[in-house]
Amino acid sequence: MTVVERPTLAEVGASVPRKDGREKLSGQAQYVGDMEVAGMLHGKILRSPTAHAKITSIDTSAAQEMEGVAAVLTGDDLQDIEPYYGHAIKDRPIVALDRVRFAGEPVAAVAAVNEATAEAAMRAIEVEYEELPVLGTLEQALAADAQRLHDRRPKIGLFHGLGDLGEQQGNVCYRHTISAGDIDRVRKEAAITVEGTYTFPAVYQYAMETHATIAHYHGDGVTLWANCQHPFLVQAEIADLFGLQVGSVRIMVPYLGGGFGSKSYTKMEPLTVALARKAGRPVRIVNRVEESMVTTRRHGMRCWMRTTAGADGTLLTREVHFWLDTGAYADNGPRVTATAADAAPGPYRFEAADVQGYCVYCNTPPSGSYRAFGATHLQWIGESQVDEVARRAGLDPVRLRRRCLAVPGEPVRPDGTGKPLDADLVGDVEQAAAAVGWDEPRRPWRGRGVSVGLLAAGAHPVSRASVRLSSDGSVDVYVGTTELGQGPRTVMAQIAAEELGVSSGLVHVHGADTRFTPYDRSTGASRSTTVAGLAVKRAADAVAQRLRETAGEVWDVDPTLVDLVDGHAVFSGEEITFPDLIAKRFGFRGGEIIEGGEVRPTGGDTGSYAEGPHFWEVCVAGAEVEVDPDTGIIDVLRTATIADVGKAINPQLIERQDEGATLQGVGNALFEEMRLVDGLVTNDNLLEYRVPRVADLPKRMRSIIVENEDGPGPYGAKGCGEGAFAAVPAAIVCALADAGVPMQELPLTPERVWRRIQELSKSTP
Amino acid sequence: MDLTLTVNGRELRAEVEPHELLLDFLRDRLGLTGAKRSCDVQVCGTCTVLVDGAPVSACSYLAADAHQKEVLTIEGFAQMQEFERFEDAFLRHAALQCGYCTPGLLLTIKSLRDNGELSNEAEIRHGLDGNLCRCTGYRSILEAARELAA
Ligand code: FES
Ligand code: FES
Repeated sequence: MTVVERPTLAEVGASVPRKDGREKLSGQAQYVGDMEVAGMLHGKILRSPTAHAKITSIDTSAAQEMEGVAAVLTGDDLQDIEPYYGHAIKDRPIVALDRVRFAGEPVAAVAAVNEATAEAAMRAIEVEYEELPVLGTLEQALAADAQRLHDRRPKIGLFHGLGDLGEQQGNVCYRHTISAGDIDRVRKEAAITVEGTYTFPAVYQYAMETHATIAHYHGDGVTLWANCQHPFLVQAEIADLFGLQVGSVRIMVPYLGGGFGSKSYTKMEPLTVALARKAGRPVRIVNRVEESMVTTRRHGMRCWMRTTAGADGTLLTREVHFWLDTGAYADNGPRVTATAADAAPGPYRFEAADVQGYCVYCNTPPSGSYRAFGATHLQWIGESQVDEVARRAGLDPVRLRRRCLAVPGEPVRPDGTGKPLDADLVGDVEQAAAAVGWDEPRRPWRGRGVSVGLLAAGAHPVSRASVRLSSDGSVDVYVGTTELGQGPRTVMAQIAAEELGVSSGLVHVHGADTRFTPYDRSTGASRSTTVAGLAVKRAADAVAQRLRETAGEVWDVDPTLVDLVDGHAVFSGEEITFPDLIAKRFGFRGGEIIEGGEVRPTGGDTGSYAEGPHFWEVCVAGAEVEVDPDTGIIDVLRTATIADVGKAINPQLIERQDEGATLQGVGNALFEEMRLVDGLVTNDNLLEYRVPRVADLPKRMRSIIVENEDGPGPYGAKGCGEGAFAAVPAAIVCALADAGVPMQELPLTPERVWRRIQELSKSTP
Repeated sequence: MDLTLTVNGRELRAEVEPHELLLDFLRDRLGLTGAKRSCDVQVCGTCTVLVDGAPVSACSYLAADAHQKEVLTIEGFAQMQEFERFEDAFLRHAALQCGYCTPGLLLTIKSLRDNGELSNEAEIRHGLDGNLCRCTGYRSILEAARELAA
């Protein structure tokens, strides 16, 4: 007996308008900074003005005496707890204890009746510092005689997911290596060698909404309203820090004004909780932009890479050594390092490879996640070397890729571990190339490039969800995925609607509240649709089973023969509405059907980060650029990104997300850069730190969806929205090299590009 | 100092500090949180409200300067009949994601439209160049604006 399938997918695959659209358009959508709770105080943080110093004294007496000040917090208030946190490495104190390690590090915090009072009190705190040598660059931090920034033996965080972190060497807080084959032997066979050193800038995610938290510490535990991407991981860290039971920490997450990784893991929450604990009242802290910039950022990087090939361009070896500036505290640096190492070889069939990634402590603001981390760092370098191989072999870059790219089922990692390739990369590259006019005639100072890479995605595949069908036929979905703008409140509704045979208009998806929402590991790594979406599908499917069973009882038929269509159970010409069915089940017009769904790694321990990834996110793009040789200004004429999503549940949301990723990629490639001088961010405002505006749009921008139903998620879906970010800068760099200007440093500012053009014209008379 | 102004069609009187910002006045005193704070330096446009029909960055505009003027925020605009067209256009083109920049954009487009400054592509692009959006990549917003210009 088979289940009667609905003939077509009605909800899945439809560009349903955003379900949060009206609330956001009318200004009613609430973000943490818009919220007030009864008795709430306002918090301000005193931050270190210097990048490295010993704190010799803190005098808070003047601040404490000010009218309207409820509490002043310093390290002395944390003596009853072990005040270090960090999901990977517990290296970060809630406030600086005896030493500051970056400019902007919280040293004290004030809670007062309003922001102005809190700010005045914060300024009245007197701190004396004894300056220490600043390790403001990777070179300084890695010098043989550099002071160690962390002298404690680090404690492993709750969610490092990286196996044994080992002993730390100097200021290297984590090291990741991948090696395969006999590199020295194979390299000897090479006819072509491309080698270079490269620089990647620190950049700021700039979610337009800054970090914000409201915390209330009370007899029962802590209640938080926080704009965090991973509420369940923050919940566990807060419980661990303050000696509470996990269930006593309640986190509610409203809408987020963008995340892009900047709100992943624990950020401002421990400090806000500590301040609220001292004040005995709820406290809200809302960062200003200059504070968010020193809360988290993307790692700057130095890289050395060498690629070799045979005379016909067949790729033979790749060696990569890279150093990421993770700042004063590890944050997500170890994971970024591992993901960058995964991206370093590129998805090619190399005979031998050697990758060594180092995550390095410096006296700079902490670095963490930013959309497509690791892959964005390495793809532009690897792909520009592949193109150089093609040039020297006299091969078209697309042809070389066609020959050397891995095909589905082949290993991605050179050492053969982890998930094999699950995407048709050659097909993706060909589409991207065609979309930027690959075979059209070439004009001087114009170039075209394609880039291909993979991003280890999915994080740890653990999600639960529940779906509730109320007696009136409306549906609520409880899932821990955070709405950052990427659209889960719409997509999850479509999935539940599909399984239940109702319109997504009847389905409501709610923000996470850890007290009631089932566990979800995190919102990031393009995992929401793929992992949490599968949990929603399973939960909705379980509700559908109950409906079929009830209909089976009513009609006395085999439940598997009952179909669910448009809010009705249907069997052989008979139909009954869901509300009537529920009324039959419970004998009155009430009750509900509620069921859960679960996703976990198959086979117990596998599927972890170390073993993973859950799937490989495809990073493919093409670009066409024009450079003005007199000014070095680059004009991005065309971009095309490939969303290789397996199955597009809401095509419009996918296209729109990739357009956003494209512009972030353009910014990262062309002009975004946090300027760090002696550890100080010298452009910590939006006047000097420029992000893309309307005028920066590529002349033509295409976002192409590829559906091969080859993902592990619902309906064969797999995640998207990050890959384009890694692919676009790489395609732009390749296009610029094609135009005659190979570059080894990002961003591609007019000055750098112009200088390079001058250099090149001198060396080729 | 004494301030008299109209906010979303209602006349108000309030005592304000001379240095009080319009954004804080609207958000903290009136609970009108649709105008958001982001850059704080008149770059991003997410705090945009209309003062006598012209867009201003409320983060860099003194409340006192709105004396005897009419302020329109997203909460007021959302009550107006023409808002429906804006809503439809933004929804149809999926011209919002996180929504943080959205109220400021809607008000900017409204004022451009009211002042006849949306009549061609160059005007649309120029008019929207003062509003940042980190999520959308702008194309959907331009599409919605073109539709509203028609
Ligand atoms: S917050 Fe006012 S312009 Fe950015
Ligand atoms: S929709 Fe998020 S900033 Fe515009």
